[in-house]
Amino acid sequence: MAKIVVDGVEYEVNPDNNLLQECLSQGLDLPYFCWHPCMGSVGACRQCAVKQYRDEEDKDGILVMACMTAASDGAIISIEDSQAKDMRERVIESLMISHPHDCPVCEEGGECHLQDMTLMSGHNYRRYDKKKVTHRNQYLGPFINHEMNRCITCYRCVRFYDDYAGGTDLAAQAAHHHVYFGRHQDGVLENEFSGNLVEVCPTGVFTDKVFSDHYTRKWDLQSAPSVCTGCAVGCNTTPGERYRSLRRIVNRYNSEVNGYFLCDRGRFGFDYVNSDERLQAASKRVGGGLQAFDEAALSGLLTEFADGEMIGIGSPRASNESNFALRCLVGEQNFYSGLADDEQEATQLVLEMARDQAFHSPSIREIESCDAVVVLGEDVTNTAPRVALALRQAVRNRSLDLAADCNIPAWQDAAVRELAQNERSPLALLSSYASRLDDVASDCVIDSPAALAQQGFAIASELSNQAAAAESDHGDTVKRIAQQLKAAKRPLIIAGTSAGSIALIQAAANIARALHESRGAAIDLCLLVPEVNTLGVSLLANPDNRLGSALSRLAAGEVKKAVVLENDLYRRAPRAAVDSALAKAEQLLVIDQFETATTDQADIVLPSTAFSEHEATYVNYEGRAQLSFQVHRNYRGARPGWRWLMEDADGNVEDLINRCAEEATAFAKLDDLLPAAGDFVASMKIPRQSHRYSGRTAMRSNVNVHEPKQPIDDQSVLAFSMEGIPASKDARLMGAAWSPGWNSNQSISKFQDEVNGELKQGDTGTLLLERSGSGQWYSAPAQAATPAGELQVAPAYQIFGSDELSARSPTIRQRMTDAYVSIAPKDAERLGLKQGDAVSLNGNGSLATACIRTRIKPGTAAVYCGDGQINPHEIGDSVALTKSDVAGERSLSGLIVSDLYEEDY
Amino acid sequence: MSEMSNESTMVNNVIASSATRARRLNAEEIAEIEHEMELYPDKRAVGLEALKIVQKHQGWVSDESLLAIASYLDIPVADLEGVATFFNLVYRRPVGRKVILFCNSVSCWIMGCDSIKEQIEHRLGIDFGETSEDGDFTLVPVPCLGDCDRAPVMMVGDDLHRNLTPEKIDQIFEQYRKQLTADG
Ligand code: SF4
Ligand code: SF4
Ligand code: FES
Ligand code: FES
Repeated sequence: MAKIVVDGVEYEVNPDNNLLQECLSQGLDLPYFCWHPCMGSVGACRQCAVKQYRDEEDKDGILVMACMTAASDGAIISIEDSQAKDMRERVIESLMISHPHDCPVCEEGGECHLQDMTLMSGHNYRRYDKKKVTHRNQYLGPFINHEMNRCITCYRCVRFYDDYAGGTDLAAQAAHHHVYFGRHQDGVLENEFSGNLVEVCPTGVFTDKVFSDHYTRKWDLQSAPSVCTGCAVGCNTTPGERYRSLRRIVNRYNSEVNGYFLCDRGRFGFDYVNSDERLQAASKRVGGGLQAFDEAALSGLLTEFADGEMIGIGSPRASNESNFALRCLVGEQNFYSGLADDEQEATQLVLEMARDQAFHSPSIREIESCDAVVVLGEDVTNTAPRVALALRQAVRNRSLDLAADCNIPAWQDAAVRELAQNERSPLALLSSYASRLDDVASDCVIDSPAALAQQGFAIASELSNQAAAAESDHGDTVKRIAQQLKAAKRPLIIAGTSAGSIALIQAAANIARALHESRGAAIDLCLLVPEVNTLGVSLLANPDNRLGSALSRLAAGEVKKAVVLENDLYRRAPRAAVDSALAKAEQLLVIDQFETATTDQADIVLPSTAFSEHEATYVNYEGRAQLSFQVHRNYRGARPGWRWLMEDADGNVEDLINRCAEEATAFAKLDDLLPAAGDFVASMKIPRQSHRYSGRTAMRSNVNVHEPKQPIDDQSVLAFSMEGIPASKDARLMGAAWSPGWNSNQSISKFQDEVNGELKQGDTGTLLLERSGSGQWYSAPAQAATPAGELQVAPAYQIFGSDELSARSPTIRQRMTDAYVSIAPKDAERLGLKQGDAVSLNGNGSLATACIRTRIKPGTAAVYCGDGQINPHEIGDSVALTKSDVAGERSLSGLIVSDLYEEDY
Repeated sequence: MSEMSNESTMVNNVIASSATRARRLNAEEIAEIEHEMELYPDKRAVGLEALKIVQKHQGWVSDESLLAIASYLDIPVADLEGVATFFNLVYRRPVGRKVILFCNSVSCWIMGCDSIKEQIEHRLGIDFGETSEDGDFTLVPVPCLGDCDRAPVMMVGDDLHRNLTPEKIDQIFEQYRKQLTADG
């Protein structure tokens, strides 16, 4: 700790930080642009000038940039000094000299850091009346708008996009008064985190295109704290609604999980919520079609249906509450997780590791602090995107060490990067095809999943002689990786269920166990699962209840009724198995948001609410349970899954959460997530609408001139209203961050205990699992031979397309690609396949597009199933490919890979 | 190298593949770029030299050339564009057969370069950044050619012309006209 004096007041600060950061941590207001809490300082904008004095005698002082000056012990500074103020006022004037006067039509308006800073710095009259520099804007794809005239050249965009997120197609161009931030030509921004530009850019240069198409000011949005359901990371989000439609999603800070950034699947994959294709009314099958129930029939529905034994199939994309309610309805012995059988087996293994004392499951923030990483067969960019962004920061730990050796503080971003050049902490990627992280990897081993598992076992046996020996084709690499792990301060092993290989997870566990043995401490083992609540539903279901056996019980007529909760079984098992089970089921009740192949078979279809329409909890890959509040109502007939399933239709979700905590093993701590009654002023509700929420009396007057009563929220502590006590201090209940003078997302520093710290009274979620197990070593399985002429299958995934719900989003659809099969040029030649050819898989009618890549092992085929275009459970460990003469309607457009093979060049 | 260049010339992105495609660098360009690569530790650092080499051979740097260089050096094309557009004398648009580097900095300004420029405009019909209709000349401003004691100064192609007067301009361009016509 150090003491500094700011305008005569003494503060205790952290000397490892800079003055700007520490002033903000103390709650002081000091304008800035180029500094960003997690990207450090470059001193580019000169906006954060303060006066610094040599000592108490020094009355003159010098102007320094707060973001470029260490908060060293004894520093005496003034923010209020008139020269400093004057400098800041002039700097902002010059930065925005060509900035247009277009706030009223700018999407940033009302949450614009530039607006806030003009006010804060006192620049409220513009003197420049000459011709302004103008620019041509670019088409940047379906996510982002470009309006370069608004740029103040703070360089944050390229620092985020290139330096932080590893993007390569956005750069600063030209010089002096016509500096330009854009691509080399119009085109889609390729990086998977491009949406963060919207929040990183302090002005309206990069704005959310989807939001812009149905724009609403921030203060007019109804919002609540929510959790992304795009994958198992569970990033925290703030969705905003108006006029009964969900308008956008922005990041919500959680120090342990997503920090300041989301991936583009999470940010843009929400607009299926507004889709007219959503199921709208409870209906039953009459003849061939569905007919809506009338209200009266509806009330007796469940009582009637629930009579007698039935099977309940849950879902990894449904909340704990809905799954639990289904379990209560059908009884534990009849409740199934709804995971595919092989995935269930793999997930159980993940859960076993999650209870093993030898391991620790790292949060995103913890991943960033690891200094040697091995990724075994998991394409994190496409299965858990936020993890990929964290890994890009993890490889920078080496540069921070180098900087520390040279006495360069970590926040001196440009200096640290300049010093390190291409020096990085080791990141070994063992993968079946080239990935989007290869550019920062120290080693890329490309091989089939089975062979990768062998390498994993070999690394473990290199580290410990207790670990079973394994053959390796990459001996030197294996040795090097083992060495790097051994030498690291905080090694990390990543694997997951997506590669469909138990052996890969076991190999990862062996490596971590070997490290644990020599270190004694718990080793970071990050095992990823694909969906938002894969772990939650797996904890609720009996591990021996396999989907396959549920289907056979139905097919055999043992049980005649089934309830399927938000699950399309045709994505979880071979078509024939589902067909025969559903054909035999006498009564099938399916709850879902959309029509699926499964609802098509149902006798009763009940529409369920989307993530923003209900309060729910989910368990992320770490075993972290998080609470997501309802943002807005569903104005059609959808209800939360659990509500259809509980006898008591008036039930309250928070009661259900309490009940789940009491009854379900492993969920004992779930109720910690609920806000306690005593947390509120005079037990007033927290408004979801801002105090500036406008037009309430008029917004529906095109329908009816009477102002409707605000909907009552009988479920939670939040209100669908602007009345109540705003969560201005309790960040846990705060949807959109706002603080006086800070209308942009930069206001978050007002809610953090210190910059980049936890939220005041914040809640990072609750880790559900206790570790007590002591685990075991695994040995490498015998390598199965691939039938002659066939290729070994490696499942492939796409950030846009592999998640069932976001794939329904019209925005995401614009970036999706059809099912493809990636093969090496050699195999393509042997099979007579050309880039883009239609390929038949196993001759069973499954069609994919040939995608010939240079960086895939000959003999393997990476199969991407598209959005339900191919049933992955009908493809074995190996596949026979033949050219199909079905005219290819499908294409690879939308695919972004760096190693596409182009014969003709 | 040949294998790498083969791989790296692939367009990075299928979405972009319908757009501009890289042209092939010719053998001389490649030889010169290879030579520069020996002199720098990092391929990224060769970017500027490579742009100059290509410009020397092609007269300017087209989108196709930009892609070709980026692929050859295996660096992001956006970064290379950043370099190319940073320098005024890397031409990203076609230029005339002769580029006029016209100094309009302090000394030349004091010595009346404005009237010289007027004369050029009058004679060739071009302003800064423009190319004459016959494709012979492009006029580009430069800040100081380092020959202030003989201001006003300009370069046409590789030739330096000093102590300019409006009359001299007519003579000079008359000569170039002849020369260019003779060259075809
Ligand atoms: S585009 Fe935005 S982030 Fe980038 S330099 Fe301009 S103002 Fe800063
Ligand atoms: S999809 Fe996953 S990584 Fe992306 S924002 Fe959502 S939870 Fe985070
Ligand atoms: S914030 Fe300090 S110079 Fe930009
Ligand atoms: S100012 Fe023109 S040559 Fe120096």
